[in-house]
Amino acid sequence: MNWLLEPSVSTFGPDIDRLYYIILVITGIVFVLTEGLLIYFLVRYRKRPDRRAEYIHGSTRAEVLWTLGPLVIVLMLGFMSKPVWDRAKDPAHFPEDALELTVSARQFEWESYYPGAGGDPDAQDAFSILNRVHVPVGEPVILHLEAEDVIHSFFVPRFRVKQDAIPGRTIPVWFEITEPGEYELGCAELCGIGHYLMDGVVVVQSRAEFDAWRAEQHAAALGGTGAAQLAGSGDLDGAPADGPVAEGGL
Amino acid sequence: MSTPTAREKTDWDIPHYAGDHHEELSFIRKYVFSTDHKVIAVQFLVMSLVFLALGGFLALLMRWQLGFPGQPLPGGTLLPETMAPGGIILPEFYNSLVTMHGTFMIFFAIMPLLVGVFGNLLIPLQIGAPDMAFPKLNMASFWMAVPAGLIMLASFWVEGGAAGAGWTAYAPLSASGDFTGVYLGQQLWLLSLFILGFSSIAGAVNYITTVINMRAPGLTWFRLPLTVWALFITAVLVLLAMPILAGALIMLLTDQTIGTTFFLPEHGGEPLLWQHLFWFFGHPEVYILILPAFGIVSELLSNGARKAIFGYHAMVLAIAAIAFLGWIVWGHHMFMSGMNPMLGTTFMVTTLAIAVPSAIKVFNWLGTLWKGNIHFHVPFLHAAAFVALFIIGGLSGIFMASAPVDIHIHDTYFIVAHLHYVLFGGSLFAIFGGIIYWFPKMFGRMMNPFWGHVHFVGTFVFYNLVFFPMHGLGLEGMMRRLYDPTQYAWLADLQPWNVFITWAVFGLLAVQVVFFVNFVASIWTGRKAEANPWQANSLEWSVPSPPPHGNFEAMPIVYRGAYEYSPPDRKEDFILQNEPPRDPVGDRVEPEPQPTGGLEGSE
Repeated sequence: MNWLLEPSVSTFGPDIDRLYYIILVITGIVFVLTEGLLIYFLVRYRKRPDRRAEYIHGSTRAEVLWTLGPLVIVLMLGFMSKPVWDRAKDPAHFPEDALELTVSARQFEWESYYPGAGGDPDAQDAFSILNRVHVPVGEPVILHLEAEDVIHSFFVPRFRVKQDAIPGRTIPVWFEITEPGEYELGCAELCGIGHYLMDGVVVVQSRAEFDAWRAEQHAAALGGTGAAQLAGSGDLDGAPADGPVAEGGL
Repeated sequence: MSTPTAREKTDWDIPHYAGDHHEELSFIRKYVFSTDHKVIAVQFLVMSLVFLALGGFLALLMRWQLGFPGQPLPGGTLLPETMAPGGIILPEFYNSLVTMHGTFMIFFAIMPLLVGVFGNLLIPLQIGAPDMAFPKLNMASFWMAVPAGLIMLASFWVEGGAAGAGWTAYAPLSASGDFTGVYLGQQLWLLSLFILGFSSIAGAVNYITTVINMRAPGLTWFRLPLTVWALFITAVLVLLAMPILAGALIMLLTDQTIGTTFFLPEHGGEPLLWQHLFWFFGHPEVYILILPAFGIVSELLSNGARKAIFGYHAMVLAIAAIAFLGWIVWGHHMFMSGMNPMLGTTFMVTTLAIAVPSAIKVFNWLGTLWKGNIHFHVPFLHAAAFVALFIIGGLSGIFMASAPVDIHIHDTYFIVAHLHYVLFGGSLFAIFGGIIYWFPKMFGRMMNPFWGHVHFVGTFVFYNLVFFPMHGLGLEGMMRRLYDPTQYAWLADLQPWNVFITWAVFGLLAVQVVFFVNFVASIWTGRKAEANPWQANSLEWSVPSPPPHGNFEAMPIVYRGAYEYSPPDRKEDFILQNEPPRDPVGDRVEPEPQPTGGLEGSE
């Protein structure tokens, strides 16, 4: 039982974590005070033969006090939450010069679509990969999240990113990751019998590695080779092996 | 002042007080198709305890799979091949378990326990009425709930199995069997809840009418026990919320069956519309599931502490405020749904605001204990545990109310922990306490206090062992409704916790056997109860246990509020609401309780 969060690796992650810890401290104090008072009263005012409960019906001053106190605290939390929320979720606050990809969810896999080298999603060298998303480190990325059948939810715990993918909609999700690595991706919305099999990986690479990887994929999409060496872990029972799928150029 | 005129009426359908002439009723009219609110309360009690046990059993199956994924369930070979071949729970069956556990517990256990049982039992008894305003409608309410429950239960055995889209039935997953393989099961789920909705609405109309029209003379609004206030406000919520659910259910049913596309995007439908409709019903529903528990706990705490409820008017206003705010917070279930982030901010503010009346309730309960003389009877213990656990459930709610923090914990076990702290630690503890407290008014006997203590301590300990670690699982990112968490590398490390929780669930359910045995045995072998075994004030304690048909010998007259414990001018530390003032000349004139003033006698 651990109340500490695993460190986040996105730019807005620490803001979310700070807010979490602030709430943890406030609720922790309230928890100790109220539960402590409860236990104290239960012990202090337990039944005694010579005692009689006092005939008290309330106190307006106390009511005002414990109405205003919580009100001030929750208003403060609201004010502190709004900018963090806007930064993480509001497209109006998204960075402008971001790498843009489309990630599509279906029962029970993720597919990331990369446009051609010229930026054209229908170009010959456009490609897609299953259950993996490759992004460069230290650069803003916008994923256009789509769903093909039912609702799924794109959840990368270490990024502090979660967004439902809704069929019929394209929902932008942004993040900028500060540490390279491979981060697990899961589906957080019940999507059918294979809901538990929708794990994937977000690979965060240096710009150079990312470019090299992408160039390889472009070449593979054009030539139809190179798929084998990139086939992923294939850890999904019955699901297609992770890896590139030739796409585009129809 | 409202004056019930039932006694002058001769129509057989109008409730009569016990002192009036009663014709002998046949067994069927007395115990099966009964119009007596107390019998109907017991009928609801039996039905919902059956579903409570079933829901707990489903939870155990789920926990087995989570603790020991892929291992055969002990005795699991008894289950059909379509659910658990070789005793190994199938993913589609697991999804049905998730869905039906939630559905049973919310719609067929907690809601009928709080509203059906306590609403029926307490409203007429505590307001001094001979029965409900519409006894036949009341009977119909129960007999609509029964087929609804049977249909829901039967859906396990139809082709494709029971509904598997979660108790929230998010479209499009729920809108077409092509996505789940569940066709008829989902349709029966919708039909069952639709019928249950009528049952709830019938009950709500009855409660509202009864409370408004049939309070005994002298029983002003602000002399009502908080149970009646809570049940009255709950009934208003039910009346307004259930039609919304009914509408949404019909839309989903036609999507499933006759090819409409309200929620299916390929023909212009909108999946988010379901979520808006469902949660516009669903969040008031959440308060339907806790407000009556607030009332029960207030009653039990005040009685145990032998002290008036602290801040009675504030308590009433807090219930009303929660009921009102409950209508404008539904979007917090949809922070991650992709709705406009501006709406996220709006719903975050309203959701945080609801913490205020909740805090008011907790502080007033603490204030009630302050300077009391606390009798630790079993119902009181449940009420005190309710306060302790509701504090945890309320505080964990603040985390998810903050929309940015919710990004991380939404749809994880943190939510599972939170909702069980409110619905089990909250509502169910209040229900256990309430059943034990009012058992004499249902069965004329007391439940065994020793086994009551055993059950209480065991439940409290195992309950926390089960649900507290789930906060941690959620913070680590363990998603809800996951058939096999070991499929994810980052969750595989948490498996020891899942095993631990599963064993704790075994303990938790084993302790419930104590309650069920105590409950059933006490009906026949419990100590015979006198009229007022808890030395309480409200009207139900002025009549024998159990009260006769018609409840009161004649219409009671009420002289004071329900919480006049330990009045300074009396030797006893309680005084019944309908006990006439002793000596209005020589003695002190009966005190009018006016804690905060200004609101008394608002009629």
